[in-house]
Amino acid sequence: MDNDVIFKIPILFASVHTIAMPSKRHLYCGCIITAVSMARKKIFKGPMQQRRQRVFAPQQPQPEIPLRQAQPQQPSSPVFGTFDVKSGLAQMLKGGVIMDVTNAAQARIAEDAGAVAVMALERVPSDIRKDGGVARMSDPLMIKEILASVSIPVMAKCRIGHFAEAQILQSLNVDFIDESEVLTPADEQFHINKHEFTVPFVCGCKNLGEALRRIHEGAAMMRTKGEAGTGNIVEAIRHIRAVNSSIASLANRRNVEYERMAQEMRVPYQLVLTTAKLGRLPVVNFAAGGIATPADASMCMQLGCDGVFVGSGIFKSSEPEKRAEAIVNAVANFADARALAKASEGIGEAMRGLDVKEIPHQNRFSFRGV
Amino acid sequence: MNMRIGILSLQGDFAEHSHATLSAAYRLNTPCTIVHVRTKEQLEGLDGLIMPGGESTTMSKLLLRKGMFSEISKIPKILGTCAGAIMMAKKVEGAIPGQHFLSLMDIGVKRNAYGSQASSFQMRLKTSLGDVDATFIRAPLINFLGENVKPLAYAGENPVAAYEQVGNSHYLACAFHPELSTTLFHEFFLKLGSNEIAQQ
Repeated sequence: MDNDVIFKIPILFASVHTIAMPSKRHLYCGCIITAVSMARKKIFKGPMQQRRQRVFAPQQPQPEIPLRQAQPQQPSSPVFGTFDVKSGLAQMLKGGVIMDVTNAAQARIAEDAGAVAVMALERVPSDIRKDGGVARMSDPLMIKEILASVSIPVMAKCRIGHFAEAQILQSLNVDFIDESEVLTPADEQFHINKHEFTVPFVCGCKNLGEALRRIHEGAAMMRTKGEAGTGNIVEAIRHIRAVNSSIASLANRRNVEYERMAQEMRVPYQLVLTTAKLGRLPVVNFAAGGIATPADASMCMQLGCDGVFVGSGIFKSSEPEKRAEAIVNAVANFADARALAKASEGIGEAMRGLDVKEIPHQNRFSFRGV
Repeated sequence: MNMRIGILSLQGDFAEHSHATLSAAYRLNTPCTIVHVRTKEQLEGLDGLIMPGGESTTMSKLLLRKGMFSEISKIPKILGTCAGAIMMAKKVEGAIPGQHFLSLMDIGVKRNAYGSQASSFQMRLKTSLGDVDATFIRAPLINFLGENVKPLAYAGENPVAAYEQVGNSHYLACAFHPELSTTLFHEFFLKLGSNEIAQQ
């Protein structure tokens, strides 16, 4: 209320009194009482209102900062190599089998059997294990031959941390790169910064920490490490279970606990939170390392993997064509025991296995690159 | 009426399709049951089938081994994305020897026409159903449209989504992956065959 109005009211009141009441004493009393009550209101309410104003309302209207307008949604030009595109290919491989092949003929056998992709490498892991020495990226010529011979995606392996090998593989137009512990690591401190590449990467993991670190580095797909080249599923199962139980233990925690876990695993808090919300790894997760039979493949799928890699298991068995087809069928029908029994029938002898306990600690592939 | 929609769950991104279909049904407020089809028997009594993205060679081999080809042809409406679209096409370029197709829809496709994964891309597309973020992953090229086939979207000069009605059957094919980013195509698919679409 305006000051003028406040002081005009008693005057108005007074004039009314003069007309209605003859006694001057009454007039003064009425006038004073009214004036005092108005003044009190002014005194006691005024400062309070001012104080409130200072705290809660802006003194002056803020100049409005225009928000950045969303671009009008016009058809845009194509964008290559985004994370969506990279992880998208991994999504399309789900429910499939990826087979290690060493030449064009094997690649065609894999394609005919129904593999979703092939992994081109010079020696399968069991031979790498047997031969010893340093294992490196394959000859580009061999990779090119395989690229030319099949219509399905072709993957190739590079050493852990060896970004130059990865650049070479990217220039060959391979569809996926496996930064693999099967080859001898090139860098003991760092993995490749996979965000810099337009080609997607798959990496191995033993536990949730390793998996999230690789995803943070830009991996578009994960696989368990297992113990490659042994034909023994035990390590792969250990790793699947380790990842699964860690993810299960993420459920219903308080934020401080997520913060602590993120610190322990050396990954961003947000990535831990995403994993907890999803209840699974944020990228596709395959099983790998030691899968040799249709039953092995089914077991991994039933434990929640999205697909399987088979390395030495196929071309080190007695009848590769039959085994390749059987494992593809087993993955497609992983929950149907009768179909599995049919797939496992008469497929020859599996590769000769190796007990993981007999392998000395320093010779195990899965301890490379954490 | 409760719609039974099958999703071919042998290989590929069927989980994403299942999510997209359920969201589309929720938006349309239509009751819808999802059947994850892995055997021939599960194809019976379906109102529609979705063939997901994946590897068409693998999908073709598995369908052949399970003898599902003739059963699929009887389903009144089919949505195929990427590999699924290849499976539905009548003409396929770049198929491997011994690869079989359903040959339901009068379109021609070329496998891996864009090249390897390095040529996979993402772009905003104007489609006749609305704007979508389309992801093309080692996508096929639709290089021929039959007389009765209606294109729904173009990327540059190439049609990338098409729809055809053959008698009482409806076929919808996409070269990209709508399941990864939008429910528009699934909503259209669920509405196919109802009066609403006939009026449009």
